[in-house]
Amino acid sequence: MIQIKQIAAMAAGLPAMLPARSATRLHRYAKHCGQAALQARRIALQAGLTAAVMMTATAVVTASAATMSVQVKEAPVRATPSFVGKVVGALAYGDQVEIRQTQGAWSKVAGAGVSGWLHTSALSSRKIVLAAGQEQAKVAASGDELALAGKGFNSDVEAQFKAGHKDIDFTWINRMEKIKVPSSEMQGFLKDGDVTPREGGAK
Amino acid sequence: MSPLYRYAILSLCVLALAGLPACKTMDTLSEIGAGVAVATGVATPQQGESIKKAGSAVGKTFEAITPEQEYYIGRTVGAVVLNQYKPLDNEAANHYLNVLGQTLAQFSDKPETFGGYHFLVMETEDVNAFSAPGGLIFISRGMIRCCQNEDALAAVLAHEIGHVELQHGLQAINKSRVTSALTILAAESAKSFGGQELAQLTEAFEGSITDITATMMNNGYSRGFERQADRAAVTILQRSGYDPNGLTAMLTQMKKQLKSGGHDFAKTHPSPDSRIEDIVKWVGPVKPVVSHPVRQARFQAAAGKI
Repeated sequence: MIQIKQIAAMAAGLPAMLPARSATRLHRYAKHCGQAALQARRIALQAGLTAAVMMTATAVVTASAATMSVQVKEAPVRATPSFVGKVVGALAYGDQVEIRQTQGAWSKVAGAGVSGWLHTSALSSRKIVLAAGQEQAKVAASGDELALAGKGFNSDVEAQFKAGHKDIDFTWINRMEKIKVPSSEMQGFLKDGDVTPREGGAK
Repeated sequence: MSPLYRYAILSLCVLALAGLPACKTMDTLSEIGAGVAVATGVATPQQGESIKKAGSAVGKTFEAITPEQEYYIGRTVGAVVLNQYKPLDNEAANHYLNVLGQTLAQFSDKPETFGGYHFLVMETEDVNAFSAPGGLIFISRGMIRCCQNEDALAAVLAHEIGHVELQHGLQAINKSRVTSALTILAAESAKSFGGQELAQLTEAFEGSITDITATMMNNGYSRGFERQADRAAVTILQRSGYDPNGLTAMLTQMKKQLKSGGHDFAKTHPSPDSRIEDIVKWVGPVKPVVSHPVRQARFQAAAGKI
């Protein structure tokens, strides 16, 4: 009976509890046993449905609430929780930081040799893995705890797209991405124009 | 494959499809797909498990797209926009647009995106503006001409920042494309993509780009999305210190310039009057914008001559 259950589990796509050779043997055995095969069909259906429910509920990694990852290419770290706060450093994609304090949409973080305030939109509760091993790739597939940098729609996909669409030109996209206005220029711009932000910036 | 396997899998498919509520269908389909792939030897049991997990993540659709992937989608959406509209090669105008726009973005609910916010003028008389996912924003010369001062131009940029912040572009992507991309991603495991996986991912990518550009450039977002972007714009303007009446001033001017049946804003956006009606509810009766001399001078210098 336990052997039939194992066949049922395999049919439902569960990880095999047996080496492939034993499974083949059992499989032949079931094939030659009419009654067992009937039972196997019934159990396969039950096990399959139960597995479907159980699979979605399985959590693989428990993320710590106090640690977050930087999910943007680069993020300025400020002395105070405000857009007008002095920039004291920068964090890069995938950097892990510890959350010390939060105030509105700002988090006081420490990590990668920098500490200060970061806007929460730069952070993800998922651990971002820059170079993933096989186990991490499997966990990342759930989309809840891990995110793999450079996977999915990436520069390879863009290159492939370009190869198929030679008429679409990225020159100006690259040019516009290079236009980065320093924080000091933004603040001077507001001040010169007599534009007074409410409570110092992004909430 | 033995008849026993085939029967069990087929029955599982039929029963699962018939018996589960509609919102579960996406999960269920990938469960079945994974089961079949394992049973037929296409995937190892471990890969099958990964595919199933990707399936449950797919239920979240566009939220499953990471900021990094959003960035790559946005770059190509932007390139497609510029394939239709020529960029304006005017350094002073583009720099001014970026100083104003990047400053405003700091006051949005999403000041940080993967690649940041960047702005460009399109050389066309059409009254148009587009925002690609992740923060690449394009404003037409015709649209800038609807603005009589910096506050009005700030309102146009803030509306587009609103679309980026609320990820309206990503929400135009057909859910099945995200499903297929994530399934490939899950099956891929630790090895780098082979030619076939890359081809499949690129197909999903191309489809996503088409979904977004067709919505943005031809059909327009829903009335609800436009209202949300206007609401976000008002918030950004108020936080930054610009006059939210800039938005109503721009809409009033736009009403005069729009040609009915034109291939521009008139086609893809709700009427200026209905938008003004909403804005009045949020900021009170329309008041004229009092233009600060410094703001007016720099606006004229950079945008007045284009």
